[in-house]
Amino acid sequence: MTALLTRETAQSIPADGPILSARAVVKRFGQTEALRGVDLDIEPGEVLAVMGPSGSGKSTLLHCLAGVLAPDDGSVVFDGIEISRLNERQRSLLRLNRLGFVFQFGQLLPDLTAVDNISVPLLLSGVRRNEALKRADDWLERLGLGDAGQKLPAELSGGQAQRVAVARALVTNPTVLFADEPTGSLDSLAAEQVMNALLDQVKAAGTTVVIITHDPRTAAYADREVIVRDGRIPAGNGVRSA
Amino acid sequence: MESSLALLGLLCPQPSYGYDLKHAYDRFFATRRPLAFGQVYATLSRLIRDGFIVALGEEAGDGPDRKRYAVTDQGRDRIGQWIFTPDPPNDHLQSNLFAKTIIALLIEDDAERLLDLQRAEHMSRMREFTALKREADIAHVLIYDYAIFHIEADLRWIDLTSARLLELRKDVAQR
Repeated sequence: MTALLTRETAQSIPADGPILSARAVVKRFGQTEALRGVDLDIEPGEVLAVMGPSGSGKSTLLHCLAGVLAPDDGSVVFDGIEISRLNERQRSLLRLNRLGFVFQFGQLLPDLTAVDNISVPLLLSGVRRNEALKRADDWLERLGLGDAGQKLPAELSGGQAQRVAVARALVTNPTVLFADEPTGSLDSLAAEQVMNALLDQVKAAGTTVVIITHDPRTAAYADREVIVRDGRIPAGNGVRSA
Repeated sequence: MESSLALLGLLCPQPSYGYDLKHAYDRFFATRRPLAFGQVYATLSRLIRDGFIVALGEEAGDGPDRKRYAVTDQGRDRIGQWIFTPDPPNDHLQSNLFAKTIIALLIEDDAERLLDLQRAEHMSRMREFTALKREADIAHVLIYDYAIFHIEADLRWIDLTSARLLELRKDVAQR
Protein backbone atom coordinates (compact mmCIF):
# COMPACT_ATOMS: atom_id res chain seq x y z
CA MET A 1 0.00 0.00 0.00
CA THR A 2 2.77 2.44 0.94
CA ALA A 3 4.38 1.95 -2.48
CA LEU A 4 1.12 2.92 -4.16
CA LEU A 5 0.80 5.99 -1.98
CA THR A 6 4.31 7.23 -2.69
CA ARG A 7 4.88 6.28 -6.33
CA GLU A 8 6.24 9.27 -8.19
CA THR A 9 5.35 8.30 -11.72
CA ALA A 10 2.02 7.52 -13.27
CA GLN A 11 3.26 4.23 -14.73
CA SER A 12 0.68 2.02 -13.03
CA ILE A 13 -2.33 3.98 -14.21
CA PRO A 14 -4.65 1.51 -15.87
CA ALA A 15 -4.87 1.92 -19.65
CA ASP A 16 -8.65 2.04 -19.44
CA GLY A 17 -10.91 3.48 -16.82
CA PRO A 18 -10.88 6.56 -14.66
CA ILE A 19 -7.90 7.62 -12.54
CA LEU A 20 -10.30 9.09 -9.99
CA SER A 21 -13.81 7.92 -9.34
CA ALA A 22 -16.46 9.02 -6.85
CA ARG A 23 -19.60 6.99 -6.20
CA ALA A 24 -22.60 8.12 -4.16
CA VAL A 25 -20.37 10.43 -2.09
CA VAL A 26 -22.15 12.06 0.85
CA LYS A 27 -20.57 14.62 3.16
CA ARG A 28 -22.36 16.28 6.07
CA PHE A 29 -21.37 19.21 8.26
CA GLY A 30 -23.69 18.99 11.25
CA GLN A 31 -27.24 19.21 9.92
CA THR A 32 -26.10 20.41 6.51
CA GLU A 33 -25.62 17.87 3.75
CA ALA A 34 -22.89 19.48 1.56
CA LEU A 35 -22.67 16.52 -0.86
CA ARG A 36 -25.78 14.46 -1.47
CA GLY A 37 -24.65 11.45 -3.50
CA VAL A 38 -22.09 12.59 -6.08
CA ASP A 39 -21.00 10.29 -8.92
CA LEU A 40 -17.98 11.43 -10.93
CA ASP A 41 -15.35 9.78 -13.13
CA ILE A 42 -12.15 11.57 -14.17
CA GLU A 43 -10.04 10.03 -16.91
CA PRO A 44 -6.22 9.92 -16.83
CA GLY A 45 -4.76 13.09 -18.36
CA GLU A 46 -8.12 14.81 -18.39
CA VAL A 47 -8.48 18.45 -17.36
CA LEU A 48 -11.86 18.78 -15.66
CA ALA A 49 -13.54 21.98 -14.48
CA VAL A 50 -15.97 21.68 -11.58
CA MET A 51 -18.32 24.65 -11.63
CA GLY A 52 -21.29 25.70 -9.57
CA PRO A 53 -22.63 28.55 -7.48
CA SER A 54 -21.23 29.49 -4.07
CA GLY A 55 -22.24 26.94 -1.45
CA SER A 56 -23.06 24.27 -4.06
CA GLY A 57 -20.53 21.85 -2.55
CA LYS A 58 -17.79 22.07 -5.17
CA SER A 59 -14.96 22.76 -2.70
CA THR A 60 -16.21 19.99 -0.42
CA LEU A 61 -16.16 17.68 -3.43
CA LEU A 62 -12.54 18.63 -4.14
CA HIS A 63 -11.60 17.94 -0.53
CA CYS A 64 -13.25 14.51 -0.68
CA LEU A 65 -11.64 13.66 -4.04
CA ALA A 66 -8.22 14.69 -2.73
CA GLY A 67 -8.44 12.81 0.55
CA VAL A 68 -8.49 15.99 2.63
CA LEU A 69 -11.92 15.03 3.96
CA ALA A 70 -13.30 11.52 4.41
CA PRO A 71 -16.84 11.17 3.02
CA ASP A 72 -19.61 10.10 5.41
CA ASP A 73 -20.94 7.71 2.79
CA GLY A 74 -19.97 6.44 -0.65
CA SER A 75 -16.49 5.82 -2.04
CA VAL A 76 -13.61 7.67 -3.68
CA VAL A 77 -11.17 5.52 -5.64
CA PHE A 78 -7.86 6.95 -6.87
CA ASP A 79 -5.69 4.78 -9.13
CA GLY A 80 -7.19 1.62 -7.65
CA ILE A 81 -6.89 2.81 -4.02
CA GLU A 82 -10.09 3.42 -2.08
CA ILE A 83 -8.91 6.62 -0.41
CA SER A 84 -12.13 7.03 1.52
CA ARG A 85 -10.92 4.09 3.66
CA LEU A 86 -7.38 5.32 4.32
CA ASN A 87 -6.41 6.67 7.70
CA GLU A 88 -5.20 10.25 8.11
CA ARG A 89 -1.51 9.32 7.91
CA GLN A 90 -2.00 7.33 4.71
CA ARG A 91 -4.01 10.16 3.17
CA SER A 92 -1.22 12.63 4.06
CA LEU A 93 1.33 10.38 2.35
CA LEU A 94 -0.89 10.16 -0.71
CA ARG A 95 -1.37 13.94 -0.89
CA LEU A 96 2.36 14.59 -0.50
CA ASN A 97 3.49 12.14 -3.15
CA ARG A 98 0.72 11.65 -5.68
CA LEU A 99 -1.37 14.82 -5.60
CA GLY A 100 -0.68 18.52 -6.13
CA PHE A 101 -2.63 21.52 -4.87
CA VAL A 102 -3.08 25.12 -5.96
CA PHE A 103 -5.36 27.44 -4.01
CA GLN A 104 -6.74 30.93 -4.56
CA PHE A 105 -4.21 32.75 -2.35
CA GLY A 106 -2.14 32.72 0.79
CA GLN A 107 -0.41 29.48 0.03
CA LEU A 108 3.27 30.48 -0.32
CA LEU A 109 5.43 30.54 2.80
CA PRO A 110 6.11 34.26 3.26
CA ASP A 111 9.65 33.97 4.63
CA LEU A 112 10.95 31.71 1.86
CA THR A 113 12.11 32.82 -1.60
CA ALA A 114 10.24 31.61 -4.68
CA VAL A 115 12.78 28.88 -5.37
CA ASP A 116 12.74 27.72 -1.73
CA ASN A 117 8.93 27.63 -1.77
CA ILE A 118 8.98 25.39 -4.83
CA SER A 119 11.55 23.06 -3.29
CA VAL A 120 9.55 22.48 -0.06
CA PRO A 121 7.52 19.45 -1.27
CA LEU A 122 10.71 17.81 -2.58
CA LEU A 123 12.51 18.34 0.73
CA LEU A 124 9.51 16.87 2.56
CA SER A 125 9.71 13.83 0.26
CA GLY A 126 13.37 13.29 1.20
CA VAL A 127 15.04 14.77 -1.87
CA ARG A 128 18.49 16.24 -1.06
CA ARG A 129 18.59 20.04 -0.85
CA ASN A 130 20.91 20.63 -3.83
CA GLU A 131 18.83 18.38 -6.06
CA ALA A 132 15.59 19.98 -4.80
CA LEU A 133 16.87 23.49 -5.57
CA LYS A 134 18.03 22.39 -9.03
CA ARG A 135 14.61 20.98 -9.85
CA ALA A 136 12.90 24.06 -8.39
CA ASP A 137 15.06 26.29 -10.62
CA ASP A 138 14.06 24.24 -13.64
CA TRP A 139 10.38 24.76 -12.78
CA LEU A 140 10.89 28.51 -12.41
CA GLU A 141 12.25 28.58 -15.96
CA ARG A 142 9.40 26.45 -17.29
CA LEU A 143 6.85 28.87 -15.88
CA GLY A 144 8.63 31.96 -17.19
CA LEU A 145 9.84 33.03 -13.73
CA GLY A 146 13.58 32.74 -14.33
CA ASP A 147 14.32 36.14 -12.72
CA ALA A 148 12.08 35.70 -9.69
CA GLY A 149 13.82 32.83 -7.91
CA GLN A 150 15.33 34.88 -5.09
CA LYS A 151 12.26 37.06 -4.50
CA LEU A 152 10.02 36.68 -1.47
CA PRO A 153 6.27 36.16 -2.07
CA ALA A 154 5.56 39.78 -1.04
CA GLU A 155 7.86 40.96 -3.85
CA LEU A 156 5.97 39.01 -6.54
CA SER A 157 2.90 40.14 -8.47
CA GLY A 158 -0.28 38.12 -7.91
CA GLY A 159 0.19 36.29 -11.22
CA GLN A 160 3.85 35.51 -10.49
CA ALA A 161 3.00 34.22 -7.01
CA GLN A 162 0.33 31.98 -8.49
CA ARG A 163 2.76 30.60 -11.07
CA VAL A 164 5.19 29.84 -8.22
CA ALA A 165 2.31 28.01 -6.52
CA VAL A 166 1.68 26.04 -9.75
CA ALA A 167 5.39 25.15 -9.92
CA ARG A 168 5.35 24.03 -6.29
CA ALA A 169 2.30 21.87 -6.95
CA LEU A 170 3.82 20.23 -10.03
CA VAL A 171 7.45 19.83 -8.87
CA THR A 172 6.74 16.37 -7.43
CA ASN A 173 5.15 15.18 -10.72
CA PRO A 174 1.75 14.52 -9.13
CA THR A 175 -0.68 12.18 -10.83
CA VAL A 176 -3.55 14.58 -10.14
CA LEU A 177 -3.37 18.35 -9.64
CA PHE A 178 -6.24 19.97 -7.73
CA ALA A 179 -6.70 23.69 -8.28
CA ASP A 180 -9.28 25.52 -6.16
CA GLU A 181 -10.17 28.87 -7.78
CA PRO A 182 -6.59 29.23 -9.09
CA THR A 183 -7.36 32.52 -10.85
CA GLY A 184 -9.89 33.86 -8.33
CA SER A 185 -7.73 36.74 -7.14
CA LEU A 186 -6.11 37.65 -10.47
CA ASP A 187 -6.91 40.15 -13.23
CA SER A 188 -7.77 38.82 -16.69
CA LEU A 189 -4.26 38.95 -18.13
CA ALA A 190 -2.55 37.40 -15.09
CA ALA A 191 -5.26 34.72 -14.98
CA GLU A 192 -4.61 33.90 -18.63
CA GLN A 193 -0.84 33.67 -18.04
CA VAL A 194 -1.36 31.33 -15.07
CA MET A 195 -3.78 29.09 -16.98
CA ASN A 196 -1.58 28.97 -20.09
CA ALA A 197 1.47 28.07 -17.99
CA LEU A 198 -0.48 25.45 -16.05
CA LEU A 199 -1.99 23.89 -19.15
CA ASP A 200 1.33 23.80 -21.05
CA GLN A 201 2.91 21.81 -18.24
CA VAL A 202 0.09 19.40 -17.42
CA LYS A 203 -0.58 18.57 -21.06
CA ALA A 204 3.13 17.86 -21.63
CA ALA A 205 3.29 15.61 -18.54
CA GLY A 206 -0.14 13.97 -18.95
CA THR A 207 -1.16 15.16 -15.47
CA THR A 208 -4.84 14.88 -14.59
CA VAL A 209 -6.28 18.19 -13.35
CA VAL A 210 -9.38 19.07 -11.37
CA ILE A 211 -10.08 22.82 -11.40
CA ILE A 212 -12.73 24.20 -9.08
CA THR A 213 -13.93 27.52 -10.44
CA HIS A 214 -16.95 29.72 -10.84
CA ASP A 215 -15.21 31.58 -13.66
CA PRO A 216 -16.22 30.30 -17.12
CA ARG A 217 -13.08 31.75 -18.74
CA THR A 218 -10.94 29.60 -16.45
CA ALA A 219 -13.21 26.58 -16.93
CA ALA A 220 -12.83 26.96 -20.71
CA TYR A 221 -9.21 25.76 -20.42
CA ALA A 222 -10.54 22.37 -19.31
CA ASP A 223 -11.49 19.47 -21.59
CA ARG A 224 -14.97 19.42 -20.07
CA GLU A 225 -16.91 20.80 -17.14
CA VAL A 226 -19.39 19.46 -14.62
CA ILE A 227 -21.82 21.55 -12.62
CA VAL A 228 -22.37 20.94 -8.92
CA ARG A 229 -25.72 22.16 -7.72
CA ASP A 230 -27.18 21.63 -4.23
CA GLY A 231 -24.55 18.98 -3.48
CA ARG A 232 -25.23 16.96 -6.60
CA ILE A 233 -23.95 16.62 -10.16
CA PRO A 234 -26.90 16.30 -12.56
CA ALA A 235 -27.39 12.74 -13.83
CA GLY A 236 -25.26 11.80 -16.83
CA ASN A 237 -22.99 14.81 -16.33
CA GLY A 238 -20.36 13.37 -13.99
CA VAL A 239 -20.29 9.78 -15.24
CA ARG A 240 -20.27 9.31 -19.00
CA SER A 241 -21.79 5.84 -19.29
CA ALA A 242 -24.09 5.97 -16.28
CA MET B 1 -19.02 43.73 -38.36
CA GLU B 2 -19.50 45.53 -41.66
CA SER B 3 -16.89 44.08 -43.99
CA SER B 4 -17.12 47.07 -46.35
CA LEU B 5 -16.03 49.43 -43.57
CA ALA B 6 -13.24 47.10 -42.49
CA LEU B 7 -11.96 46.98 -46.09
CA LEU B 8 -12.21 50.75 -46.34
CA GLY B 9 -10.30 51.04 -43.04
CA LEU B 10 -7.57 48.71 -44.33
CA LEU B 11 -7.05 51.11 -47.24
CA CYS B 12 -6.50 54.11 -44.94
CA PRO B 13 -2.80 53.55 -44.12
CA GLN B 14 -1.79 53.24 -47.79
CA PRO B 15 -3.19 52.39 -51.24
CA SER B 16 -3.49 48.66 -51.91
CA TYR B 17 -4.49 46.00 -54.45
CA GLY B 18 -7.70 44.04 -54.04
CA TYR B 19 -5.70 40.84 -53.72
CA ASP B 20 -3.61 42.23 -50.85
CA LEU B 21 -6.67 43.75 -49.21
CA LYS B 22 -8.44 40.39 -49.16
CA HIS B 23 -5.44 38.79 -47.44
CA ALA B 24 -5.10 41.64 -44.95
CA TYR B 25 -8.81 41.26 -44.17
CA ASP B 26 -8.49 37.51 -43.66
CA ARG B 27 -5.43 37.95 -41.46
CA PHE B 28 -7.18 40.34 -39.08
CA PHE B 29 -10.87 39.64 -39.25
CA ALA B 30 -11.75 36.32 -40.90
CA THR B 31 -11.35 34.07 -37.87
CA ARG B 32 -13.97 31.62 -39.06
CA ARG B 33 -14.50 32.20 -42.79
CA PRO B 34 -12.21 33.89 -45.33
CA LEU B 35 -13.66 36.68 -47.45
CA ALA B 36 -14.47 35.64 -51.05
CA PHE B 37 -12.58 37.49 -53.81
CA GLY B 38 -15.91 38.24 -55.50
CA GLN B 39 -17.13 39.98 -52.37
CA VAL B 40 -13.94 42.04 -52.15
CA TYR B 41 -14.26 43.38 -55.73
CA ALA B 42 -18.02 43.95 -55.40
CA THR B 43 -17.36 45.93 -52.20
CA LEU B 44 -14.57 47.94 -53.84
CA SER B 45 -16.94 48.84 -56.72
CA ARG B 46 -19.53 50.08 -54.22
CA LEU B 47 -16.92 52.09 -52.33
CA ILE B 48 -15.86 53.75 -55.61
CA ARG B 49 -19.50 54.48 -56.48
CA ASP B 50 -20.04 56.08 -53.06
CA GLY B 51 -16.90 58.22 -53.41
CA PHE B 52 -15.03 56.59 -50.51
CA ILE B 53 -12.16 55.27 -52.65
CA VAL B 54 -10.67 55.76 -56.14
CA ALA B 55 -8.88 53.36 -58.49
CA LEU B 56 -5.34 54.56 -59.14
CA GLY B 57 -4.92 53.10 -62.63
CA GLU B 58 -3.23 50.06 -64.02
CA GLU B 59 0.03 48.81 -62.55
CA ALA B 60 1.14 45.25 -61.76
CA GLY B 61 1.21 44.11 -58.11
CA ASP B 62 2.08 40.78 -56.49
CA GLY B 63 -1.34 39.38 -57.16
CA PRO B 64 -3.33 38.84 -60.32
CA ASP B 65 -5.07 42.23 -60.31
CA ARG B 66 -3.81 45.42 -61.91
CA LYS B 67 -5.72 48.11 -60.04
CA ARG B 68 -4.57 49.81 -56.90
CA TYR B 69 -7.13 51.54 -54.70
CA ALA B 70 -6.75 54.60 -52.48
CA VAL B 71 -9.04 56.11 -49.89
CA THR B 72 -10.52 59.59 -50.47
CA ASP B 73 -11.02 62.32 -47.84
CA GLN B 74 -14.68 61.36 -47.81
CA GLY B 75 -13.65 57.73 -47.14
CA ARG B 76 -11.38 58.80 -44.28
CA ASP B 77 -14.25 60.82 -42.77
CA ARG B 78 -16.52 57.79 -43.04
CA ILE B 79 -13.97 55.63 -41.17
CA GLY B 80 -13.56 58.30 -38.49
CA GLN B 81 -17.32 58.41 -38.04
CA TRP B 82 -17.57 54.60 -37.95
CA ILE B 83 -14.86 53.91 -35.38
CA PHE B 84 -16.06 56.64 -33.00
CA THR B 85 -19.75 55.68 -33.08
CA PRO B 86 -20.49 53.08 -30.39
CA ASP B 87 -22.57 50.03 -31.37
CA PRO B 88 -25.86 49.31 -29.64
CA PRO B 89 -25.50 46.28 -27.36
CA ASN B 90 -26.77 43.14 -29.06
CA ASP B 91 -29.65 41.71 -27.06
CA HIS B 92 -30.92 39.19 -29.57
CA LEU B 93 -29.66 36.08 -27.84
CA GLN B 94 -30.63 37.25 -24.40
CA SER B 95 -34.20 37.99 -25.44
CA ASN B 96 -34.53 34.63 -27.18
CA LEU B 97 -33.27 32.75 -24.13
CA PHE B 98 -35.53 34.83 -21.92
CA ALA B 99 -38.52 33.89 -24.09
CA LYS B 100 -37.60 30.18 -24.03
CA THR B 101 -37.25 30.28 -20.24
CA ILE B 102 -40.62 31.97 -19.74
CA ILE B 103 -42.34 29.58 -22.14
CA ALA B 104 -40.75 26.57 -20.43
CA LEU B 105 -42.09 27.83 -17.08
CA LEU B 106 -45.53 28.56 -18.56
CA ILE B 107 -45.85 25.03 -19.94
CA GLU B 108 -44.31 23.64 -16.72
CA ASP B 109 -41.36 22.14 -18.58
CA ASP B 110 -37.79 21.86 -17.28
CA ALA B 111 -36.41 25.40 -17.49
CA GLU B 112 -33.29 24.38 -15.54
CA ARG B 113 -32.47 21.80 -18.20
CA LEU B 114 -32.96 24.33 -20.95
CA LEU B 115 -30.49 26.65 -19.22
CA ASP B 116 -28.04 23.77 -18.60
CA LEU B 117 -28.12 22.87 -22.29
CA GLN B 118 -27.51 26.46 -23.29
CA ARG B 119 -24.68 26.76 -20.75
CA ALA B 120 -23.04 23.61 -22.16
CA GLU B 121 -23.34 25.03 -25.69
CA HIS B 122 -21.79 28.31 -24.61
CA MET B 123 -19.00 26.54 -22.69
CA SER B 124 -18.25 24.41 -25.72
CA ARG B 125 -17.85 27.52 -27.89
CA MET B 126 -15.75 29.19 -25.19
CA ARG B 127 -13.47 26.12 -25.01
CA GLU B 128 -13.09 26.23 -28.79
CA PHE B 129 -12.12 29.92 -28.75
CA THR B 130 -9.81 29.45 -25.74
CA ALA B 131 -7.94 26.64 -27.53
CA LEU B 132 -7.65 28.75 -30.72
CA LYS B 133 -6.51 31.73 -28.67
CA ARG B 134 -3.65 29.73 -27.14
CA GLU B 135 -2.20 29.25 -30.64
CA ALA B 136 -3.09 32.68 -32.05
CA ASP B 137 -1.00 35.78 -32.83
CA ILE B 138 -1.70 38.91 -30.77
CA ALA B 139 -4.22 40.42 -33.23
CA HIS B 140 -6.33 37.27 -33.15
CA VAL B 141 -5.92 36.98 -29.38
CA LEU B 142 -7.78 40.30 -29.15
CA ILE B 143 -10.56 39.04 -31.39
CA TYR B 144 -10.94 35.85 -29.35
CA ASP B 145 -10.85 37.89 -26.11
CA TYR B 146 -13.78 39.90 -27.40
CA ALA B 147 -15.77 36.81 -28.37
CA ILE B 148 -14.97 35.07 -25.09
CA PHE B 149 -16.06 38.01 -22.93
CA HIS B 150 -19.35 38.20 -24.82
CA ILE B 151 -19.98 34.50 -24.29
CA GLU B 152 -19.13 35.04 -20.62
CA ALA B 153 -21.77 37.75 -20.34
CA ASP B 154 -24.40 35.31 -21.61
CA LEU B 155 -23.13 32.63 -19.23
CA ARG B 156 -23.44 35.00 -16.28
CA TRP B 157 -27.01 35.76 -17.30
CA ILE B 158 -27.73 32.02 -17.58
CA ASP B 159 -26.28 31.36 -14.11
CA LEU B 160 -28.19 34.20 -12.53
CA THR B 161 -31.43 33.18 -14.23
CA SER B 162 -30.86 29.63 -13.03
CA ALA B 163 -30.45 30.94 -9.47
CA ARG B 164 -33.67 32.98 -9.85
CA LEU B 165 -35.82 30.24 -11.36
CA LEU B 166 -37.77 29.58 -8.18
CA GLU B 167 -38.75 33.24 -7.87
CA LEU B 168 -39.45 33.48 -11.60
CA ARG B 169 -41.61 30.35 -11.54
CA LYS B 170 -43.78 31.85 -8.77
CA ASP B 171 -44.10 35.12 -10.65
CA VAL B 172 -45.06 33.42 -13.92
CA ALA B 173 -47.67 31.27 -12.15
CA GLN B 174 -49.31 34.37 -10.64
CA ARG B 175 -49.78 36.23 -13.93
